This record gives sequence, structure tokens and C-alpha cells, in this order.
Amino acid sequence: MILLKKKSLFLIALLFAGGLFAKENEQNQENLSAKEIQKKEIKEYIMHHLQDSYDFSLFSYTNEAGEHVYFGAPLPIILWDNGLKIFSSSKFHHGETVAEVDGNHYAISHNKIYKTDTAGTITYDEDHHATNIAPLDFSITKGVVSIMFTFLLMFFLFKNLADSYAKNGGIASGAGRFFEPIVLYIRDDIAIPNIGEKKHRKYMSFLLTVFFFVWFLNMLGLTPLGINVTGNIAVTLCLALITFLLTNLTGTKDYWLHIFDPLGSTMKWYAKIPLYIILIPIEVLGIFIKPFSLLIRLYANMQAGHIVLMSLIGLMFIFKSWLGSPMSFGLAFAISLIEVLVALLQAYIFTMLSALYFGFASEEHEHHNEMEAH
Amino acid sequence: MVGAGLVVIGVGIGIGKIGGSAMDAIARQPEAYGKIQTAMLIAAALIEGIGFAALFAVS
Repeated sequence: MILLKKKSLFLIALLFAGGLFAKENEQNQENLSAKEIQKKEIKEYIMHHLQDSYDFSLFSYTNEAGEHVYFGAPLPIILWDNGLKIFSSSKFHHGETVAEVDGNHYAISHNKIYKTDTAGTITYDEDHHATNIAPLDFSITKGVVSIMFTFLLMFFLFKNLADSYAKNGGIASGAGRFFEPIVLYIRDDIAIPNIGEKKHRKYMSFLLTVFFFVWFLNMLGLTPLGINVTGNIAVTLCLALITFLLTNLTGTKDYWLHIFDPLGSTMKWYAKIPLYIILIPIEVLGIFIKPFSLLIRLYANMQAGHIVLMSLIGLMFIFKSWLGSPMSFGLAFAISLIEVLVALLQAYIFTMLSALYFGFASEEHEHHNEMEAH
Repeated sequence: MVGAGLVVIGVGIGIGKIGGSAMDAIARQPEAYGKIQTAMLIAAALIEGIGFAALFAVS
């Protein structure tokens, strides 16, 4: 029983660590039944889907000769290793071989590129971290391609909308007719109530960009292309970092007063000292916790959604019966529909909370008047 | 493992309470539907965020 528990604990850890410990499993692979091997294959497939990759492969299979056949396109790899090294990811053959560039050898291990010898040996320390040199990696990965695609899509969609205003005298045309009400909704129901009529214009560009960026990327994640960009903690970290910087760089005097002198003139200074020993650290921590919760929420929601969806699809192949497989298909279908809602909801929540934080940052004196009125 | 379960129970109760209260509020004042829904979503998202953070910390 304890063994079973330990095993499931390990499974959960594996799910969240992004397959960091995949090496450990490979040692006792021989004495496993076909079903267990299949289960592990599905697990590895899900883990692989959640990660970014160096090539844009849509699907792969093993043919009768036992070769892996991949469908998809290789992507450029850009490394900084005593000079710029640019080559195609097809040199790695999907991580199976060592790539040789200008006399240097590189190999992929756990989705990272390391510098190796000709045989591609990668040494590990006791914590299963590779000890090889990792060159600086600026590669155009699958995630980067998706971001570029979203960027172009957004640019042309909204450029089109802006142009149609100029051409038709303030009336949207084409796809813009669909997006105009959404833009207006963000202005009238997110920005103005939270930031205020006076200052909302300053933040509108960011709010609109982040809303459509997150929404489009979330929706791209639901296509069979297998893109998982908003489920990548580095991407959400950058988005939250922008919110953090905007909040604190545009913060008014009252915003900072609220953090370092929240009680204001309602108390004598000597009475405030014992309170502020607790209050100020909490308020300062709050500055960082707010964007941190933004980044974790988006990342975890998208990651969890993808894991659930892929697991249900994987169940079809584990059941392989007339009863189980249609059932898990139905569940997967229902979850997909929920995910469409979640994609919109997470974009909305991110924008909404960013607007709320900007509202805190641009508050003016209302707070103190309120206190005196009480 | 137990911690993860406890976190999910807590988050479930929290979001359930928000949903229930929002239902009550909408039943009382159907005209304030939009505002109540917005406030409900924000509160639910905040609890969910804490839940996810705790889940990550536990695992």
C-alpha cells in the first residue's frame, strides 16, 4: 500500500516537474507488460506535448521497419557559444542524434541543448542535472513560432480594423465587426470602472494587447497543432512582469503612500509603529504577490486543461473497448468545450486583474477622504 | 498527497460559496446580474490562483 502511494506521489511529481526525472524510469523497462508500456508511452506523449520543442512536428508514428516517421517542419536553432551558431533542428533528428556545427557537437537532453563530445554523452550529477555546458539558446522554437504567428494575426486584424474606420468614416468592416464590440467591452466594462475615466487611456493599449494575445494563444492551444504557449511559465512570467512594471512605474504618490503609510493621518505616529512592523512587510509583499498570482493562474489553468484533455484522449487507447472509449471521447469533447470557455475566461481574468492593479496604482486621495468620512 | 487533496477541498468550498452567494444575489436583484457576475469571477479567480499556488507548493 505504501509502495503504491509512493508510486502515485512520484507520478504527480512527474506531472508537475515536466518529466524532469524521465531518466529514472527507463532503467526498469524490461519487465513490464504491454499495457504498462502503453500507459507510460501515453504519459510521455502528454509530457512531450506540454513542453516546447525544437521542431514543429504535427504527429509521428513507427512504421513496419521500426523507424520513427515524423510529419512536420524543422525550425532554426540559434545558439551563442563563442560566436553565433545557426542551424536547422533537422540536424538533431528529433533529439535522436548529435548535431555537428563548425566542429562543435550538440545534443538535446530533456528539451535542452547541451554541448557534448562526438558520441553525444551527457553526464549527470546525483540530482539528475546535466553537468555539460549549456550554450545560450535563442532558438526559434515551436512556442516562438506560435507567438510570431499570433503577433502577425493580431497586427493584420487590428490594422484592418483601424483602416476600415478611416475608410468608411468610423464604421468597422469585415472581421473588425466581430472585434469592435470586444474592444469596446474592454474599454467600457474593464478599463473605465477599474481605472477611472481620466486615466484609462494610458493603459488601454496594454489591456487590449494582453487580452487578445492571451485569448488567441489559448485558442491556438486547443487546435490540433499541439501548441501550448500560455501553459509555459516563461511566457506568463513575462506577461505578469509587464503588468508589474507598469503598475509600479506609473504608481502615483498615493499608491506608494498606501503601501508605506496605509493608516495616514488617522493615528498618532507612535501608535502606528507596532502596526507598521507587520503592515508594511505585508503591503510590500503584496506588490510581488499580485503579479505572481497572475502568472501562476494563467500558467496552471492552461497546463491543467491540457493535461486533463490529453489524459482523456489517452484513456481512449488504454480502454480500447466499445464502452470505455466512446465514454472518454465524450468526456474529452465536453472538456474541449469547457476549455474554449476557459480560454476566454483566463484572458478576461488576466485583463481584469491587470486593470484592477493599474487602478490601485493610479488612485488619488479618494481613500483618505473615505477614511475621514467614517 | 493529503495536502493536495485538502487544498482542492478548500478551493472547492470557497468557489462553491461564491457561486451560491452570487446565485442568491442575482435572485434578489436580477438587474445587477452583470456586476455580480464580474465580482464573482474575480473572487473565484483569486481563490483558484491561491489553490493552484498551493498545489504547486505541495507537489
